[in-house]
Amino acid sequence: MDLIVEIIVSLCLVGGGVFGLVGSVGLVKLRGCIQRLHAPTKAATLGVGGVLIASSIHFTYLTGTLSFHQVLIALFILLTAPITANFIAKVYIQANHDRETLPDTTGAHGWAIYDKPPVQ
Amino acid sequence: MMTVALVFAIACFSVGLLVTLWRLVKGPDPADRILALDTMVINVIALILLYCMWLGRPVYFEAALLLAMVGFVSTVAYCRFILRGDIIE
Amino acid sequence: MLRRLFPHPLLSVTLVLIWFALVNKVTLGHLLLGGFLAIVVPIVTAPYWPGRPRVGRPLKLFGYVLIVLWDIVLANIDVAKIILFRKNEDIRSHWVVVPLELTSPEAITLLAGTITMTPGTISTMLSADAGCILVHTLHTDDPDAVRDTIKSRYEARLKEVFA
Repeated sequence: MDLIVEIIVSLCLVGGGVFGLVGSVGLVKLRGCIQRLHAPTKAATLGVGGVLIASSIHFTYLTGTLSFHQVLIALFILLTAPITANFIAKVYIQANHDRETLPDTTGAHGWAIYDKPPVQ
Repeated sequence: MMTVALVFAIACFSVGLLVTLWRLVKGPDPADRILALDTMVINVIALILLYCMWLGRPVYFEAALLLAMVGFVSTVAYCRFILRGDIIE
Repeated sequence: MLRRLFPHPLLSVTLVLIWFALVNKVTLGHLLLGGFLAIVVPIVTAPYWPGRPRVGRPLKLFGYVLIVLWDIVLANIDVAKIILFRKNEDIRSHWVVVPLELTSPEAITLLAGTITMTPGTISTMLSADAGCILVHTLHTDDPDAVRDTIKSRYEARLKEVFA
């Protein structure tokens, strides 16, 4: 195998592994659920991203054809990570906060979890 | 060199998996447990991809793809169950 | 007629492309099968789609995605540094309320996703009238600066895209 390709793949693998580990360690180290939420949504996403880049370079080099599966997995994880984070944050807020402990909204209506949306 | 990097990455994600398992068992909030499960899914996807590279054959990519989809749907389902007490209204 | 056959042209194109990516090869047979799905799926799911998103300048959206991807990489390095090298007592988290000028649901969704993926911030909730968004920052000394960055760097660009 070409040395340059091997170096690039190895760098992506090491970077991905480090970020994945940092994401999981942050899940244990940080205090409070809402702080822990920051770690996996960011670090783990880039961790998997690094592994995906490495594997797509590796298999493109091995077989000579580009595989779209890695692109699809990367796209899917990038699109869904914010949504899961948002849902988990809502679960946390519902269990641990009420109107008084959250900052006020700038408009006339309260936060969506407490108030109904205005009828249009 | 690539083998060393591969072993390193597999070790990182495996340790990450164990660490998230600890959070899953201990986590005081339901939100913590859901977050731990979601992170475990991401770690497992990475491990499957690394295993493919280890084998040198792209046979398990479909499994990783399916896990990415099912993991997202299950996380959302858990959250909705805790938020509303119901998944499909 | 054409409008009824393709209620969401963008969705149809996306479905064909995703079908090709799933089977991982481009042949005439798969084009036919993907085309069939691209016609049937939007018609069946049409009642659940409130309206077509209106993207005013698609090219700007491309530039926006590139900026966000670059910011994701920087964000990861930031957050990794905070997790590894900062003591728990020194991490100062804040809630930040960001008033929104965007109105279309697609634009707000995109902004919320961007906030979650970029430096040390997570979007948690909208107000009931979608007039402002509640953001949690992992570590900052100046919550107002975070709000201004979000507004100038991301919201202003999205306003141009969805103009």
